[in-house]
Amino acid sequence: MSEKIISREDLERFIKALQQDYEVYAPVKEGVSHSFQPLKDGETVDLNFCNTRLSPKSLLFPQSERMFEFNLDETSEEAHILKEAPKEFHPSVIFGIRPCDAKAVRLINVNFDNPEFKDPWWVKRMDSMAFIGLGCNEPSSTCFCTSVGGGPFHEEGLDVLLFDLGDLYFAKALTDKGERLLEQGGVRKDADADTKKRADALKQEAEDKINSHVPTDKLKDKEVLELFDAPFWDEVAFPCINCGTCTFVCPTCWCFDIQDEVQKTQGDRIRNWDSCMFPLFTLHASGHNPRSDKVQRVRQRFMHKLKYYVDKYGDGVACVGCGRCVNSCPVNIDIREVFKLMNEL
Amino acid sequence: MIAYSEKMREIAKKLLKEKAVDLVIGFKKGTLPMMTEPVMIKEPEETGQLCWSSFCSMNLANYLPKRKEKIGIIAKGCDSRNIAVHIVENQIQRDQLYIIGVPCTGMVDRRKIQSLVAGKELREVVESDEELYIKGKDFEQTVKKIDYLQDNCITCMHKNPVIYDEMVGEMVGERKDPDPYDDVKESEAMGSDERWEFFSNLLKDCIRCYACRNACPLCYCPTCFVDESDPQWVGKSIDPTDTMSFHILRAFHCAGRCTDCGACQQACPMDINMRLLTRRLNKDALELYGCEAGLSIEERPPLDTYRPDDYDKFIR
Repeated sequence: MSEKIISREDLERFIKALQQDYEVYAPVKEGVSHSFQPLKDGETVDLNFCNTRLSPKSLLFPQSERMFEFNLDETSEEAHILKEAPKEFHPSVIFGIRPCDAKAVRLINVNFDNPEFKDPWWVKRMDSMAFIGLGCNEPSSTCFCTSVGGGPFHEEGLDVLLFDLGDLYFAKALTDKGERLLEQGGVRKDADADTKKRADALKQEAEDKINSHVPTDKLKDKEVLELFDAPFWDEVAFPCINCGTCTFVCPTCWCFDIQDEVQKTQGDRIRNWDSCMFPLFTLHASGHNPRSDKVQRVRQRFMHKLKYYVDKYGDGVACVGCGRCVNSCPVNIDIREVFKLMNEL
Repeated sequence: MIAYSEKMREIAKKLLKEKAVDLVIGFKKGTLPMMTEPVMIKEPEETGQLCWSSFCSMNLANYLPKRKEKIGIIAKGCDSRNIAVHIVENQIQRDQLYIIGVPCTGMVDRRKIQSLVAGKELREVVESDEELYIKGKDFEQTVKKIDYLQDNCITCMHKNPVIYDEMVGEMVGERKDPDPYDDVKESEAMGSDERWEFFSNLLKDCIRCYACRNACPLCYCPTCFVDESDPQWVGKSIDPTDTMSFHILRAFHCAGRCTDCGACQQACPMDINMRLLTRRLNKDALELYGCEAGLSIEERPPLDTYRPDDYDKFIR
């Protein structure tokens, strides 16, 4: 795989060249925070961010997605027939995605694209999407990616990884798709040995800067029921107000709800993000709710991420250590503390 | 602040030791700078966790509805007013509570501090009586707390608890005759199209996480109207019509009951100031009924009561 150099001045040119062939999504500053937006002509990318407020998961798994449309006009021959809602899948690039968020996309992928189920829209979006990652020179104090199988320059899920070396970017192609992106973007200059050495040093330096660590080593061998019945859940759940913030800002939460919305005789079948924090999430048609209490819902969220997922997929925890839930929880429930409680039980 | 923390620990310890209460609800130090975590303490030896700072912005009255125990609760001015609302609305009984009142000098808005350092990460924030020392990777600064208070604390006229059993400090001076509704007047002065656009824009980032609703002590309905599924009143997507319906209906449900504690705005992960809706209704409640919510445990909220001398004919 090729390893190239992009000068600082050429970065804009690289992005512009990609815009010829791709819809480019990149971090844009809005108020005090950043979000991934489709880059419009003349709009500039702002790479001066740690993590975007919301993860870019909505680009592949929109918060609300119209799946089907239908018509309830009994006089029509097409009454009650579901038709796939028209969608377009442009070749796209997420530029500047952080390694944790790219790892999260791979993690969600096991839910939407596996031998048993293939979600057609997820699969098509993944096929048309390319990922150009930007390593983290300055991880935040709430970043704990290195504890959960990632790192500030982790390569999983990326097509290209960029290293910001100050005067220039070191661009590492990681897939064939990535090779093509660099070629299409007019990136020709090969990296010399010195640049590669600097990139390695930067990576090491960034990893060393991570001072937030969580233990995960004992989670796999714990008994599910022992964790389920652990004495600490009441205490963990007490402050929780049961909003959906943690699940909506989480790059790995993938749960959804399907709803029909009808106006007169026209209807849409819509898929919306759902949250295990909401009582309605598990409400049965009978009226029974197996998770009627807050403590059950809080336990579910952590058990799913740190135990059920671990046991089912054998691929570590369902958390990439981005720190968003830690920063956004209005009552400061800190998943890092829950890691400790569960692992050390 | 430090004196408050020590005093509340002392009171809580005594209450738990003497079994005057079963538990004490307060705040403990957060894991991040400028954060605190609501905590429930049951043992006298755990009362050391209790703390007070200018970042205790959540409203602890939110943790009271339907509890059966005898409860000690830390309450700043707005929390105490919401406790009063709960008592009036039968969510908790007065004799179940031992209210540990905190004279409040206003909560600091952590987002204002964050925007001050323009997105750089704050690694340490140390509070003194009037100042905050803030420190990050390559900066440090000292600022006056009063310049960075939450908006609702700037206009607050009830800093001292309105009901309490014991205070952790001397009462503080209340702000007299400010005009607290400047922001509301701004949107009132707009034409209807302009106002529609203003509120649409205000709510455009909403992700429907319901943090505003859930941080609010007033929102204790067993099933919120947005969670009703049979019939379903409101769509669940992020369609602007549904988002707007949620916010407007929620605000109306708070009319005459809201104490403008600011918990909704502080809880919002998207920085939306939905208080502009509730405050408009607070202004109406004040102008039409002379009512400020939660000042008494005797008086019912204006919209669930009736007076024979009502000035509107249709209701007489």
